[in-house]
Amino acid sequence: MASDDRKFPRGPTPQDDAPKDVAPLSPMGSPLHERSAAGGVDVSTWERIAGADEFKALLKAKRRFIIPATIFFILYYFALPYLVGYHTAFMQRKVWGEMNLAYLFALSQFFMAWVLAAIYVAVAAGWDRRAAGLIKRFER
Amino acid sequence: MGNTALWMFLGFVAMTLVITYFSAKKSTGSSAYFAANRRITGWQNGLAVAGDYMSAASFLGIAGMIAFNGYDGFMYSVGFLVAYLTVLIIVAEPLRNAGKYTMADVLAYRLKPRPVRAMASLSTLTVSIFYMIAQMVGAGTLVRQLLPGVSYEMAVIGVGVLMVVYVVFGGMLATTWVQIIKAVLLMSGSFFLSILVMSKFNFSLGNFFQAVSAVTFTGADGVPVTRNFLTPGLLFKNPLDQISLGLALVFGTAGLPHILIRFYTVPDAKTARTSVVWAMILIGLFYIMTTFFGFGAASLLGPDHLKLHGGTNMAAPELARFLGGEVFFAFISAVAFATILAVVAGLTISASTSFAHDFFTNVIHHGKEHRPGEEVRVARITAFVVGAAAIVIAIVLGPAVNVAFLVGLAFAVAASANLPVIVFSLFWKRFNTTGAVCGLAVGLLSSIVLILISPDFMKQPLFPLKNPGIVSIPLGFLGAFLGALFTREPEAEAKYAELSVRANTGLGAEKATAE
Repeated sequence: MASDDRKFPRGPTPQDDAPKDVAPLSPMGSPLHERSAAGGVDVSTWERIAGADEFKALLKAKRRFIIPATIFFILYYFALPYLVGYHTAFMQRKVWGEMNLAYLFALSQFFMAWVLAAIYVAVAAGWDRRAAGLIKRFER
Repeated sequence: MGNTALWMFLGFVAMTLVITYFSAKKSTGSSAYFAANRRITGWQNGLAVAGDYMSAASFLGIAGMIAFNGYDGFMYSVGFLVAYLTVLIIVAEPLRNAGKYTMADVLAYRLKPRPVRAMASLSTLTVSIFYMIAQMVGAGTLVRQLLPGVSYEMAVIGVGVLMVVYVVFGGMLATTWVQIIKAVLLMSGSFFLSILVMSKFNFSLGNFFQAVSAVTFTGADGVPVTRNFLTPGLLFKNPLDQISLGLALVFGTAGLPHILIRFYTVPDAKTARTSVVWAMILIGLFYIMTTFFGFGAASLLGPDHLKLHGGTNMAAPELARFLGGEVFFAFISAVAFATILAVVAGLTISASTSFAHDFFTNVIHHGKEHRPGEEVRVARITAFVVGAAAIVIAIVLGPAVNVAFLVGLAFAVAASANLPVIVFSLFWKRFNTTGAVCGLAVGLLSSIVLILISPDFMKQPLFPLKNPGIVSIPLGFLGAFLGALFTREPEAEAKYAELSVRANTGLGAEKATAE
């Protein structure tokens, strides 16, 4: 790894394997906080992004999905031990042949998890585009 | 017969050693050694996460629990999958964006690095080592039943030496591939087992559930009883026990260090997300299949037969023997070994990474590496020491130790200590160092103390539940919350903007490195 890097440096950061709590410089330019450390960009760049309307809107959009989704799956999941534990007779009701409500509800948890994950992936793709737009605007 | 299993197992070991050899050539720098150069793809990491997660406890333990207790065993299966929603929605992406090698990286971002890393490293080591000892003890007891002629001590030493070899020489890359191969083996083994079970019922779900609803076995008083194994409550008498366990699973998985560090091996947060989805598909399919081989063992073999042939842990291998003869028995046994090996390798690398990166480099040396390559060297030495310690402890404790309590402890600590602090540090601006240290300490202590006074440990328990989650998780959150509330740390608040931008946009995140 090291020898290739010496021949073709991807940026001015020395590749010496020393731990740095910063990313190495990319061809697009250094991460913002490094530039500020080098004396170029203002230290407050992170604050400027954090204060930008698009960023605030992105955070709000994320919160609007993540908080209800989390509450939903927690309620849906804990309904299972609750119903099975405290309403056992009801959950033993047979639905199809010998298959009872308790097993079907447990099985439905798997599909709930998969469907919620699929919805999350679809929604998060939109966040990715917005974040990419933001980065482009500020990294110039 | 034991020989077939042995040869299959040796085949697996040979394959993994070849991979370790090639990985060793590539694992030179820190990023290569700790994070496989961050070049693992989404589906590969998904397989590896699944391989890291589905332990022998899941495969053999849950199969046995369903075979003996029916429905209640299946409850475990559900919790293990739903837990990944917490990982997917709350933790994986911000962690990948803002961290480098360990969970503590994210905490140290805006908090005072030394106290936070020291505490986080302590809790990581606690979780990893307890979990690892549970796996090693499990491996030792299992081998005696699967391979007559190999003793408990030999099995523990064998597993220990192999995991040290993978981690010391091959680093994260070798560990990842061991986990990938194991996941493929485990999924295919379970799939064939399920198909064979269903073939006995002419592939009719109706017939299958018919048989499961009337399982006959000898009761405690020696009289045969017939029970509907689809009925809840054969194992858990106190519903609170199940809720507490569910809490530990759903919140603990997102705090398990060996799972979290897997997200640093992919190029970016988007790939981390894809890999969780892959993992969820595999883990979900696997746990749905526990229906077939767990209930299948109950109805085709019955608890009485299983009790005579190895007990709970042997339900899946015995079912394989019954359905597919000695060769299939050997294959399933070899899969069980592979399962244990992959999980202990993941635990070893998470423990050694945390010690080298968090404790050695950042706490002792204030974040500076005195000589190039020092961090990796320390990690290798730690892996060796951790492996040796785990072998010695597993042998000293012996096969009789209660493994369930060790695993319960690992999940409880992860949920009560790690998760509250991760969540607060990512989402609460006002959070600070005191809060993090309090949260980690309260979560760690309360879960350990509650387990020590639980029914697993005391004849007359002071705490009635087997799993402390329902009390210790709120305590961990409360400790973190109050600690932050009573102190102010303007620096931590000032850096929140940076952490938030990084976590939510991926700006300045660690990039994949060239090989």
